[in-house]
Amino acid sequence: MWVWFHKLGSPRHFYRISGRLLPWLTALAVGLLAVGLAWGLVFSPPDYQQGETVRIMYIHVPAAVMSMVVYAVMAAAGFVYLVWRIKLADLVAAASAPVGAWFTVLALVTGSLWGKPMWGTWWAWDARLTAELILLFLYLGYMALYNAIEDRRSAGRAAAVLALVGVVNLPIIHYSVEWWYTLHQGPTTRGMRIAGTVHPDMRYPLLTMMLAFGVYYAAVLLKRTRCLVLETERDSAWVRELVKTT
Amino acid sequence: MWRAMVSVVKRDLLLAVRHRSELVNPLLFFLIVVSLFPLSLEPDPRMLATIGGGVIWVAALLAGMLALDAMFRPDFEDGTLEQLVLSPQPVAALALAKVFAHWLVSGLPLMLMAPLLGVLMNLPGEAMLALLATLAVGTPVISLVGAIGVALTVGLRRSGVLLSLLVLPLYIPVLIFGAAAAGDAAAGQSIAGPVLFIGAMLVLALTLAPLAIGAALRISLE
Repeated sequence: MWVWFHKLGSPRHFYRISGRLLPWLTALAVGLLAVGLAWGLVFSPPDYQQGETVRIMYIHVPAAVMSMVVYAVMAAAGFVYLVWRIKLADLVAAASAPVGAWFTVLALVTGSLWGKPMWGTWWAWDARLTAELILLFLYLGYMALYNAIEDRRSAGRAAAVLALVGVVNLPIIHYSVEWWYTLHQGPTTRGMRIAGTVHPDMRYPLLTMMLAFGVYYAAVLLKRTRCLVLETERDSAWVRELVKTT
Repeated sequence: MWRAMVSVVKRDLLLAVRHRSELVNPLLFFLIVVSLFPLSLEPDPRMLATIGGGVIWVAALLAGMLALDAMFRPDFEDGTLEQLVLSPQPVAALALAKVFAHWLVSGLPLMLMAPLLGVLMNLPGEAMLALLATLAVGTPVISLVGAIGVALTVGLRRSGVLLSLLVLPLYIPVLIFGAAAAGDAAAGQSIAGPVLFIGAMLVLALTLAPLAIGAALRISLE
């Protein structure tokens, strides 16, 4: 187990193993997305109050959840890099940032589209919306800092410190709807178990979409990390050999 | 360790007193930004009183952020920072001392100047007290959190805009509670809630920020 884990930490073995995993993950993500989208957008029942607009939920909730999960992954990878200096962890963190930023944008945009028919406004300065916006700024700041420092090693470490400082924001987003009295509704999801408030006809397509987004993130993360591995290891023997043979 | 911290504070204060003009600039900026608002909006006293607390808080944030660069950059350029990091004392403690000295010459004057600007903005007396109370607990948070940003970017040549990108999102919670307190006080409500919330942030920043500053300084000096 540990040997396997250590092997995964080396860029070369990671490249080999991820290359084998990637087609499966991609197929799984596409399949789950197709099933989830069809189930959520076409076959699930409309809400008795919100009508058809409730279908935005099947994109909005998974995107919002992923925006936080990705940040957590990024910060955890940054922590691993700071403490154990595992190069791969830095690449994972760097590869996560743009994906997480796009999940955040998606959550904000779909939330805004949902807010217009439901709350009558595109945007409200409510606690959860503001916290999610701050999360987007944190992602952008992370990427800006990463790109501003020329030396790759210190860029990764500086960005990791910033990511860890920003972790403070995650609980604020998560509990914002419970701490403050706001426009945004209370939590519908608690981890993987959805509180009994959502009817099974909507719960299962939502869970499918959440799983689909998670697998999609895993697939994209592997792909992006593989590219970064090739880029940073471009002078090593195994990459040269790889380029020669393909 | 305590003596090292005291001597760092003494040294930084002495340097600050010798460069008085640098101390005054953020304060002038603070004054000018606040005075832009009545000029650009209608100088209606009632409206100024309602937005005054928030405007002063935003201006204080910006002025505090402009002053940040002076915290580590001169020391970085003349090599003092490297000596501090190499010294046998814990970097986090020395960083905390530097932040404290910086707060004394930047955060504290901002706070003391706020009532004057409150008069310009036509703030009622209770709102003025709330503003002072929130700035008293809020400006140290600004200095501490900002120091992390400066420590991360001090090695870069042009870091001004980048610094604001990194630091401003982290300031938003302080701003929300600080500005809310002034509004609450003007409406005759208790301001204990927001002040305690910022106080909690201050405690969190006091315990964790020095560690982050220390780590960031080590990275920047590599």
